[in-house]
Amino acid sequence: MTMTRPPGEAPLRLYDQTFASRLLLGTARYPSPAVLAAAVSAARAGIVTVSLRREQASLRSGQAFFELLRGLNVKLLPNTADCHSVKEAVTTAHMARELFQTNWIKLEVIGNAETLQPDIFGLVEAARILCADGFAVFPYMTEDLVLAERLLAVGCKVLMPWGAPIGSGRGLNNSYGLRTLRAWFPDVPLIVDAGLGLPSHAAAAMELGYDACLLNTAVARAGDPAKMATAFAAAIAAGRLAYEARPMEPRDFAEPSTPQTGKAKLA
Amino acid sequence: MRITLNGVSEDCAATTLAELLQNLGLANDAIATALNGTFIRRDQRPATPLHEGDAVEIVAPMQGG
Repeated sequence: MTMTRPPGEAPLRLYDQTFASRLLLGTARYPSPAVLAAAVSAARAGIVTVSLRREQASLRSGQAFFELLRGLNVKLLPNTADCHSVKEAVTTAHMARELFQTNWIKLEVIGNAETLQPDIFGLVEAARILCADGFAVFPYMTEDLVLAERLLAVGCKVLMPWGAPIGSGRGLNNSYGLRTLRAWFPDVPLIVDAGLGLPSHAAAAMELGYDACLLNTAVARAGDPAKMATAFAAAIAAGRLAYEARPMEPRDFAEPSTPQTGKAKLA
Repeated sequence: MRITLNGVSEDCAATTLAELLQNLGLANDAIATALNGTFIRRDQRPATPLHEGDAVEIVAPMQGG
């Protein structure tokens, strides 16, 4: 990727590839293809997520979208969205690998249709099959520590815990769990995937030491998606810089910032 | 014969998956295929026969999160 990163910010490394941007952007739910392209550009995203859906011979809408993707000059991360079984997810991953010419796959195995919560048991099994088959798996997961260990054991080299349910915009529902995951796996690239609604949510994730954020609806459904993409990019860069700068420890009581010595006696 | 194409029951004159795609005008497009839930690689399509009642899925790039 050729984009310039903000001064001081370290590059992102995922499966032996390096990216200037720490923002991964979804391509769904934009009001138009032009708005999508503007948002990807404004976000300076190096990676965008894409999906597979039935193609109608009369419309061939997928072909037009593929042309748009080629023009974005970004790495594609296909997903297995809406797959509810291991078989569905694995078959979708194989189709995505051929179609997009990449072994990268954002692995979603959905366990609950209302919350879109991952089926963590199916997720581990699908990840095991795909990792053994040479895929670079990006698992959409809960922030569960043991689940993370299992996913790493079957070959995942990146983990993507949710912040909150997909499309909810609620931010980081379990900061404690996310912090624990970060502390437990200091060398594993961790990406908060899903549930972010505001740039401050993304900044908070990055301040926890997360390596990147993946978001979609917060940008696509904003009144001005390109402007919101810019805001998220700034927040993610700021959060990362803050993490690298090693924040102060919070205190329960006040501590004067202005020196007390030398104060004139006026009372 | 009748097949199910992307969830819709249709008449099919093609005898192979590659022929079906040719008839649909999708042979050279960016698509991926599955037959009865199993992924069929591009190079396997000419040698993949179609039978009565088969379920064919043809997918293409789509927006995703």
